[in-house]
This record gives sequence, C-alpha cells and structure tokens, in this order.
Amino acid sequence: MSKARQLADNGAGGQHKNLVINGGMQIHERGGTITLGTGLTTTLDRMTFFKSHGGTNTVEQSTVAPVGFSHSLKAITTVADSSVAATDRVAMIYRMEGLDAAKLEFGSSSAKTITISFYVRSSITGTHGGAVGNGSDNRAYPFTYAISSADTWERKVITVPGDTTGTWAVTNARSLQVSWGLGVGSTYSGSAGTWEAADRNSASGATTGVLTTANATWYITGIQIEAESFATPFAPKSFAEDLYDCQRYYFKFLEGNNKEVGVGWYYSSSHVSFMFRYPTTMRATPTATDSTGTNFYTIYRNGGSDGFNSVAFENGSTESYSAYNSSEVSGTAGQAGIVRATNASSKIEFDAEI
Amino acid sequence: MNEMTITNAQYTTTANTTIICKIGGIRMQVPTDLDNRHYVEIKKQVDAGTLTIADAD
Repeated sequence: MSKARQLADNGAGGQHKNLVINGGMQIHERGGTITLGTGLTTTLDRMTFFKSHGGTNTVEQSTVAPVGFSHSLKAITTVADSSVAATDRVAMIYRMEGLDAAKLEFGSSSAKTITISFYVRSSITGTHGGAVGNGSDNRAYPFTYAISSADTWERKVITVPGDTTGTWAVTNARSLQVSWGLGVGSTYSGSAGTWEAADRNSASGATTGVLTTANATWYITGIQIEAESFATPFAPKSFAEDLYDCQRYYFKFLEGNNKEVGVGWYYSSSHVSFMFRYPTTMRATPTATDSTGTNFYTIYRNGGSDGFNSVAFENGSTESYSAYNSSEVSGTAGQAGIVRATNASSKIEFDAEI
Repeated sequence: MNEMTITNAQYTTTANTTIICKIGGIRMQVPTDLDNRHYVEIKKQVDAGTLTIADAD
C-alpha cells in the first residue's frame, strides 16, 4: 500500500485523525482555577489529574500558548512536597473511551503503532516522564521527554508500538490513557520504552521537580494521538465541535441567576417535577451536581412564584434526568410553570467522565 | 487506596435509582449505573464495608 493511500485511509491531514478531545485546551466548562483533591480531579474538559501527595497543586486554563494555539493547560505547585515517597504522585491523565480507542486494536496481533505529540513548557528542565496505559491499570508503556530550556515551548513526539496483549476496552469504558507525570514516586514509575504489566504514570529516573519545587509551572497544549508511526501537524477542530465532543463527558447545564431549567409542574401540592435534557448523548448516566441555598431555584406559575433550595434527581439516562423538589414548594397539584435558577450561585452540572 | 472520599450516602428514591452523597466534600447525586465512575467507586466502598447507603426518606 502506498504512503499516500495510508495517509488517506488514516485521515492524515484531516481533523478526525486526532483521537484527543480538547487537545488544544480551548474548552474549560468548569472554569476558574481548580485545586487538585486527593485522588481524581477533572480540570479542563477531558483532562483529569490524579494526586496523592502532601503538597498542593492548582490547574487553570492559560492564554500562554505556542504559535498557532490560543490556550494551554497550566499546572502550578502552590505547596511543594519536598520528599516524594514511593507511592506519591501527581499526573495529568487523558482517559480515552473504548469506543474511540477500538480502532487501534490494542490487545490483538493487529495493534497499531500510535504517535503522541504535544507542546510542553515548564520552569523545570531535565528529563520528564509519562506513560501510556490501559483502563485496567495493568498494562503500561513508560516514556520520557526532555525539556531543555526553562519556560520555553517545545514540541515533543512519542511513538509507541501497539500493545498486542492485555485488556483494552472497546466499549464506553475506560481504555487507552496517557499520563504525564509531574512528580511520581518509584511505585508508579517504570522502565521507558517497553510494555509491562503494571500501573505507571511516569518513567524511572524522570524528574519530580515540578512536585518538589514551590511555584513550579508546567503547561501543555496541542495534544494529538494518532494511529501513525510519525507525527503529523496538530489537527484543530472548531470550538463548537470540541465543545460538543466534551459534553459527552461533562455538561454545565446552567450557572448564575435567571437561567432557565424548563417546564415544571406540581405533581402534588408539595412536589414539583421537571426534566433536564443534555445537548448530546452522554457516555454514561451522569452524576448530577446542584448548588444549594435559599430560593436558588423558583417555579413561576399561575401569576406567582414559589422558591425552593435544591434539586433532587430521580431517574437518569444518557439523554435526560428527571428531577423534583418536595422540600420547600407549596402549590396546586396539576398547575404548570417555568423553572428558573434565581441566584447568582445557582449551578447544575452533569458529569459522565471516565 | 480509594480514588474518592465519599460520605453521607443515601438513596433519593425508594426505587434506589439515585444516591445523594458527598464526594470530596461536594454534594453529588449519583445514578446507580455501573458505567458511572462515581457509582463504581461507591459500590467498591460498599462492597469493602467502608461505606453504607441509607434508605430514602
């Protein structure tokens, strides 16, 4: 098969060759500066961190970006962990859904070589590490990349042979994932350049300097994963396309005052029901989060209004979630109205991250 | 280690379709769907005996 045919088949040069959603870091639906909690924290859309150490890290969207990009993800160590224990770690992880990873055919003799490319910039120079892994956390391919100049954008390319063994989900479950270690202890670091049956976030010998240095910074953008043995230029999607793709995993329904929920009705005199529909089919039935406070939500009906403090979610699916309030409302069964957020701090979110 | 700190878990409906709880200190409502990562973690902690889900009011 000719190289031209291969490129055409793989969509090289097209925007759909990149298996990464929000690789250009333009989408940050959650917004603001996010302090990483212990365990998993999702930051910019589709970009998850795992943190388990004594220091503090924050993550935010930045407009510091290389030529050709408008945004990046910026991680800052606000409180350093001066002693990195074997099981300490902080890493950014891109977790790919099996339905998207299936085309790579990992776990079979037909496993395709992949190439990961990204732009990175850090105040910490030296050898940094990362790893490709599976959703069962028992297959890993650690890699290294060098940052030679502090606070300077550099493009890195990592080519990884497809893994012909192991379990790689081809459903909506967690499948291929790529970690970038910002400080990873020995338990989760392995030898670079070879597949192993282990859970890794970095490579042995990689610097832990971002974690051990107060105010250290690490930026990344332009992430691309493609089924090629070489890197092609980053293939940007439109903002609208990236946002739509992101909303399969997280969707902020509303935030702020005077934002509509939709039609509501009194199921009984003390029970108001209403529905939330998502803009796209979500990966799984999502977790719902509602901010709460006095009269954060209101139903306007029959020439009047009836405030309530919180939303109780009832029956969810990948398309919609029914909800109600039966704690504060008082009205006439059968009447309908419009449900609206009525406080600047009102917020409703849906999360189906992997 | 647990990937999430989960407390105050209670079903919101008698049909046990959704669990209200705090995850990392934040109020969340989690569907009983094994594709949902929060429910997977809740189930793991319940199975391990470290978390109990209260019945709906």
